[in-house]
Amino acid sequence: MLKTAKTTAWLTILIIHLAVSPSAYAEEMVINGAGASFPFPIYSKWAYRYYKNTSTKINYLSIGSGGGIAQIKSNTIDFGASDAPLLPAELEEYGLVQFPLIIGGIVPVYNESITSSGLKLTGQVLSDIFLHKITRWNDPKIQDLNPDRELPDKEITVVHRSDPSGSTWIFTNYLSKVSEDWKSGIGNGKAVPWPSGIGAKGNEGAATFVQRIDGAIGYVEFAYAVQNNLAFISLQNKSGNFVSPAIETFQQAAENADWQNSNQYYVVLTDQPGDKSWPITGASFILMRKHQQSTEKAKALLDFFAWCYENGDALAIELDYIPIPDSVVAIINKMWENDIKADGQPVWNYDE
Amino acid sequence: MRYKTVHTMNNLLTAHFRHLSTSEKILRILCIASVFIIFFVICGIISSLLYYSAPALKQFGLSFLFSRSWNPGTIQFGALTSIYGTMATTLIASIIALPISIMAALYISEFSHPVISRFFGTVIEILSAIPSVIYGLWGLFVLVPVMSSLVQPLLQALCGSLPFFKGALNGLGILTAGIILAIMIIPFTINATRQILDKVPSEIKDASYSLGATQWETIHALLLRFCSPGILGTCLLGVSKALGEAVAVAFVIGNKHIISLSLFSSGNTIGSTLVNEFVEAPDKLHRSALIELGLVLFIITVGVHTIARLWLRKINVVSGVE
Repeated sequence: MLKTAKTTAWLTILIIHLAVSPSAYAEEMVINGAGASFPFPIYSKWAYRYYKNTSTKINYLSIGSGGGIAQIKSNTIDFGASDAPLLPAELEEYGLVQFPLIIGGIVPVYNESITSSGLKLTGQVLSDIFLHKITRWNDPKIQDLNPDRELPDKEITVVHRSDPSGSTWIFTNYLSKVSEDWKSGIGNGKAVPWPSGIGAKGNEGAATFVQRIDGAIGYVEFAYAVQNNLAFISLQNKSGNFVSPAIETFQQAAENADWQNSNQYYVVLTDQPGDKSWPITGASFILMRKHQQSTEKAKALLDFFAWCYENGDALAIELDYIPIPDSVVAIINKMWENDIKADGQPVWNYDE
Repeated sequence: MRYKTVHTMNNLLTAHFRHLSTSEKILRILCIASVFIIFFVICGIISSLLYYSAPALKQFGLSFLFSRSWNPGTIQFGALTSIYGTMATTLIASIIALPISIMAALYISEFSHPVISRFFGTVIEILSAIPSVIYGLWGLFVLVPVMSSLVQPLLQALCGSLPFFKGALNGLGILTAGIILAIMIIPFTINATRQILDKVPSEIKDASYSLGATQWETIHALLLRFCSPGILGTCLLGVSKALGEAVAVAFVIGNKHIISLSLFSSGNTIGSTLVNEFVEAPDKLHRSALIELGLVLFIITVGVHTIARLWLRKINVVSGVE
């Protein structure tokens, strides 16, 4: 009998505790987002820092772009994130807006046993390699671009992503722009029918395979190329210059894109003009509902994104991401003011 | 009719519970509920597999099983490449695992000192407790380099004219996946084989020895002949485990939707396809096709499992073991 009383007492305490504790945090604003895995490290770092400064809590779940898009469409989260922009018609259908929050670059990388970092390639040759038309490293087409290097007579093994991914989307978008054969034969998508090679899951998988397989070439996000110290290709851009992947070459590609006249920010940053533009640049997008339910929450969301643009650059560069150029931020702010509404009223005032 | 069933069940339950104390009743109810949970989970899995694969079933029909094109870009999905990869890796795994398990089990149950056999028993238990992701990592970091620098060049030098050993020697592919699977099912098959060997009544063995048979003759003519159907059956159970293994395979198979005779070629199993593509399948039909793949795997696994069970039951009746 005594035992039962004791248990009941404990249970009561537990229930009271469970009932009371959430109310202690009721004042706190909580924002939920989900989507692309590529920007997850920087988004969570920003969220952490922002929470310390403002006590607005941002939960970002890295569930993949596809999941993020599905969840914002069904209105179960406050914002979604996708590595590839949605088409304007799709945004319209679901009442969404999109804007880029961070820039990343895709870098073709290869096994260091071939030659030291900085092998020069044109987009056409790169596409021929991935089409399996060029199959050996000492092919004249590669050798002619690199007269000062001695290339080995080794078979090329293509490493591509096995999971549908934003990186593949950006990379095949670039190949489709520079090669007719690629465009008509393989095309642009998050997963494409690769003509040859082996599939690796995730950026970390692709980086590992490129490091471990003799004669391998692949493509990874810039951060993974830097952190794994992979040898990268120096690629010819639209202006005919060979450029190396770096913060400034990515940023120039973003600056030279025509954001102002874009339809719903459907801007793809591959193969952009500019002397120093890195040709395989891509932005990671945020998706939000045009008509927000609560002014307070909408404001808190935009406050966070504005804070990221303003104060997040150093953190981004530290993690090998590329901040959005200020000129683009101004355009995005105007879009917020015009397009995002709660109760029919604009939420954001750019001049504030 | 329905009322009657409920009624009988009520009677049954009252009869069941009448003479029990409260705590015993609660325990009984909890136990019964637990059994029903398992039943409902299985029903739930089957029905949700069917429900979510319905769009793909409708779209592709039976051609899903026989088409080898898998292209999310053009929304064409066929399961043949994944089914082929699953079968090929499982077959390789069984060819490797079967003889090794039988010999190891023979050693442990017939030849070795009890202390040694207990030691190996523990080692095998540890092996079977290793999570599959560890096998995958080990495969990628240790087995793949060995394959590319040693096994594959050797096989190609010895029988390179055969279509099975052509292609790039990058260490990944169907063969490597089969070897990993073999390593993963060996603990299970050794244990199962051992149990079968241990079931042989010692009187029969003693009779064999007293008739003047050597140890080898006893093993060969008595144990193996007596037990081989049982061993085959338990190994089939091991195979049904290999069929569904996904994570470790995805590390080493090369993840590509192609069918190639070459064992060095990349491929895909049903499990590895699901591991690779499920999280990032935005398209509804893509997702549905993946779930249909899961359904196919479910049917294959249940099929193999059922055959193994029926087989085991049949030979138990025939040989009178148990």
